[in-house]
Formats: sequence, C-alpha cells, structure tokens
Amino acid sequence: MAEQPTGPVEGGAGAPARLRVFLVDDHAMFRAGVRAELGVHVDVVGEAGTVAEAVARIAASTPDVVLLDVHMPDGGGRAVLEAMRRSHPQVRFLALSVSDAAEDVIGLIRAGARGYVTKTISPDELAGAIRRVADGDAVFSPRLAGFVLDAFAARPDAPVADPELDQLTNREREVLRLLARGYAYKEIAKELYISIKTVETHVSNVLRKLQMSNRYELSRWAADRRLV
Amino acid sequence: MTQPPRLYRAPEHRMAAGVAAGIADHLGISVVRVRIAFMVLLGLSGLGLLLYAAFWAVVPLRPGDAAVPARRDLGQLLPFVAIGLVVLVLQTVLFGSVGAAGTAGWLVAIIAVGAGVIWHQSAPERRRQWDERMPVPWLGAVIEENDRRAFVLRFIGGGVLVAVGIIGVAAVYSPAQNFDAVVNGVIFALVGLAGVGVVAAPVLWRTYNQLRSEREGRIREQERAELAAMVHDQVLHTLALIQRNAADTTTVQRLARGQERSLRNWLYKPTASPTERFAAALEQAAAEVEDTFAITVETVVVGDRGTDERVGALVAAAREALVNAARHAGVRTVSLYAEVEPEQVSVFVRDRGKGFDPDTVEDHRHGVRGSIVGRMRRHGGRAEIRSEPGEGTEVRLILPISRDQSTAERDR
Repeated sequence: MAEQPTGPVEGGAGAPARLRVFLVDDHAMFRAGVRAELGVHVDVVGEAGTVAEAVARIAASTPDVVLLDVHMPDGGGRAVLEAMRRSHPQVRFLALSVSDAAEDVIGLIRAGARGYVTKTISPDELAGAIRRVADGDAVFSPRLAGFVLDAFAARPDAPVADPELDQLTNREREVLRLLARGYAYKEIAKELYISIKTVETHVSNVLRKLQMSNRYELSRWAADRRLV
Repeated sequence: MTQPPRLYRAPEHRMAAGVAAGIADHLGISVVRVRIAFMVLLGLSGLGLLLYAAFWAVVPLRPGDAAVPARRDLGQLLPFVAIGLVVLVLQTVLFGSVGAAGTAGWLVAIIAVGAGVIWHQSAPERRRQWDERMPVPWLGAVIEENDRRAFVLRFIGGGVLVAVGIIGVAAVYSPAQNFDAVVNGVIFALVGLAGVGVVAAPVLWRTYNQLRSEREGRIREQERAELAAMVHDQVLHTLALIQRNAADTTTVQRLARGQERSLRNWLYKPTASPTERFAAALEQAAAEVEDTFAITVETVVVGDRGTDERVGALVAAAREALVNAARHAGVRTVSLYAEVEPEQVSVFVRDRGKGFDPDTVEDHRHGVRGSIVGRMRRHGGRAEIRSEPGEGTEVRLILPISRDQSTAERDR
C-alpha cells in the first residue's frame, strides 16, 4: 500500500531478534525487489536461484523462514521442500508464487510449506506472513481457504479411508469459510466467540490434515479437476 | 414418415438389444413368443441370429427413451441361450454336419452382428456426419477411426473375420475329414498373410509416422501462433499504455491488474461461458468492477452450478454490492466469496473500509434497498448488510435452491 508508511515499526532495531529469511527464486530481479522491500523488517541471510543452490545454501545458513518460488527449473519449490524437510525440520517454508493455480497451491502445502502467498502481496503483509510462519502458525490466503473448501466439498458423502485424517470438522470448515470471506483471525475469533489462539489452532489443524491426507484422496481430488 | 406406428427397438425390457421387445410391442404379441421364434429360426442355418442382427442394425432405438439407463438382464437371457443351443444340437444330430449354405449363413450373420455393433456403438451425431459425407452412409461406420472403442471392435472383428476366413477356406477346399490338410492350409494362408504384412508394413508405418509428425507440427505451430497473438493483442498493448501513463499510478495499477487477470485466466483456468455458469458470471462481474473502479477484488468461488434467472439476480446483486464497496468504502481491496452448496448459494462481499450505520441510510437512497435487498427478496433469497463505521461492511446474499433443482443441474 503506497500511502502507508513502511518504517521499522515492528521487528526493528529494538526487537530482540530479527527473523532470518532466505529467498529462493529463479528471477534475480524479483529477489532484489523482495530483498529491498523486506530489508527493514527482517534479515535476508541469503538467496538462491536454482534448486541445487538453494539446498546447499539453506543448509549452510539455517534461516528461520524460506521464501520459496513454486515454478523453477529442476522441480521447483517442491524439490527444495522435499530435499530439506527431513534434514532441517526447524526451517519453515512460505511459498511465494505468481501462480495461484489450485494444483500449485495444494501441491506445495502438501509437500510441507507452512503457507502460500502470491507475489502481488504488499510488503507489509508479506512481513506479517513471514512472522506468522516463523511463530509456527499457518498462513492461509482467502484463495487457499477456498481451494481447501472446494477440495473437501467436492464429495461430501464419499467414503474416506481415514475419516480422522481426511475430514475437516465443522468448526474448521467454519473457520475456513470466514477466512475465505476475507476475515482476519481477530475478526474470526470475534465472530465465532472463540479466542484467537483457538482460531490459530483450527487453521494449523487444517494445514496438518492437508499434509497428511492420503495419496488416494489427493489423486482423486486432482482427477476431479482434471489437473492430472 | 407417414405411418405413425414405426418399428422401434424397445429399451425398457430388453435383454440384448431390445429387438424382440420392439417387435412384440409393434405386433402386440407376447415378447416370449418372439424370442422363441428367433431361437427356432436359429436352426435354419443361423437365420434367427441373422435376422436379429439385421433388425438390430436397421431398427432405431425408440427416441426419447435414449436416456433411460435400461440394464441388460443377462440372467433372463440364459433360457433362450439354452433353447438356441438345443436347436443347434438338434439340427446337427438330425441333418448331419452343416453344409456350405450353413457356413455362408453363419458368416453373413457374424458380419451383420459386427456391423450392427459398430453402428450402434457410434454416437448419433457422428452417424449424421457419415450420412452427409459418404456416398453409402453405413460405410462411415467401417472407415471412421477416431474412437478407441471402435478401434478395439474393429481389431477383434477383423481378427475373427480373418481367422474364420482362413479356417473356412482350408476346410471347404481340403479333402473331407483330412485334418492335416486343414492345418496345412491354415499355415500357408497365415504365411501368405504374413507376407502381405511384411510387404505393406514399412509403407504403412512410414505414412503413419509422417502424418503424425505433420500433425504434431501443425498443433505446435497453432499454439505458438495463438500465444503470439495473445501477447501481441494484450500484453504488448498494455505495456505500451503503462509506459505512456507511467506517472498515473491508478491507471498503471488498473492496467496491470487487468492484464494480470487475463493472463492468469488464460494460463490456469478452464474457460466457461459467463452466461451459463455461476462462477464464470460472478468472476466476470468482479472483473468489470475491478476495471471500472481500479480496485482489487479478491474472488474466491467454491463450487459451481448453471445459471437461471434467480442465480442471475444473485450475481447482479453481488455486482451492486461490489460497486457500492468500490465507490463508498474508500479501500483498494474488496473480498468476494461465493459458495455453492446443495441447498443454497451464498455470496459474501466484504470490505474493510469506512463502513456506515445502516440505520441512518436515507430513504431516498435506492442502491442498497432496491438493487440488493429488494432484488434478493423478489427472487426468494435474502440479503443482510452488516456494517459499522470504521469496521468495514459485509453484504451477505443467500439464495436457497431446492434439492432436485440442484441435482438436476449437476447431472446436466
């Protein structure tokens, strides 16, 4: 937002520890732009333009959060996630992509990204998303919430192999609906008469379920939408 | 066309293709008698089968009933198969082995069945195409080769014909009861066929490859041309406009946003007609508002359905809500969320702008009352507007739909 001052309000020099962020994107111009915009909020500890470079440098610099592009040569963000997840579970990944196609979003979330934002996001919002991911929270855009609802609403009465893993509870669905309607966590809490902490728990549960759903469900979901 | 009671195959209580049921309906006699007649005729050199196949090929399915998913009752078929077998055995026992006329009858029957199957597996509109193109319409069924099912049928049918032909030639022209001669004949015939295959295969293969690569090239060229046209018509023009209006932030943002949307749709979205699908109509309305007021509408649509008058009214009300948000809220981003559920369609338009006190809206302002609340009420839905000064506004539009209507939509 152009009219808002983007000074170092939070996470500035006075804060105890600035977040260490790593950029992975095959467009150097874009990396430079993000670095310039985020510089006031966080420490950008490194950047990489290829999957191999990313894997090596993330391991070396151990950042708090990795901003990950989806589409890159040699497998893209997914390949980075899969290479890093085992060896460095403490590193959180936030997907930052120009694509908001359903298969990209859900694919990255299933591979283990903690959130997904598109590149049109404003710098302040991006900084906020990074902070939330670093705190262990999930970042759901309204669009992502819509995709999840779509995926689970497609066949409400279909038999599922493991209901506990695959089904969202009604409460989680309600939270997702409000997210998709553009509500902030605070507003959701007010609307449902629960605490913000509870909203965050619900959202994290949705994310966990998405990652752990079985393969069968995913492939059927994708086939329904002619994604594969 | 003049005589009203035409002969049709009956799909509702059919066993195989509905021929017998159709004839029984037409003549007004019991279907069992027709079936037994077919079975007895089978004894006359397979005449029953031949007739059945011929009827199948020629007689059309009763129109209007085509959608009725009539199950073939294979269990019922068993007694008739038994009768047929008994007749065949009796014939063999009473009249000795099947003569040349019998062989010919069987061959004709098999060919007729094959042709009938191909003909009836094919889609009606394709049949109409054949009618227009081919001098002999039914030839199309044999020549056409787009369908995988047709390919399998042709492969099996062709194989059976070749095998029957070879065995038949060997059996008819060899000295009677000499099994070795039959085998030798078959072997030589196979060698002959293999020879033809060896001679023809390279030519066929080359032609096939050539055609395929040519087609691939054409498709690639077409896609490239389409992409180039798209880039030229839209992207380059937008970039040129942005260069000229570089000082005007609003215009630049609007142009970039519109271009982003159109490229995004082009890359990731299956296109649907906004006059037919709810999601496409809503997205189009959002796009129009984005372009007119230079704001961003974050559109999320879950589920989809066809449109009708009521759904159209819902889209129009949502559009009005978006316009209001764009005009009065004073924000750059508005959220639009729609969900299609089995019982209802709901749309939410939310902004985080100025907001207002709904009680203080003056009576002469018709935007909200007429275009949103009134419109929804007229079409059996409801609209709620929640707004507080400083907190932004949310317009909730809910349109109940009856269950059968929604399932009918989905089936279509």
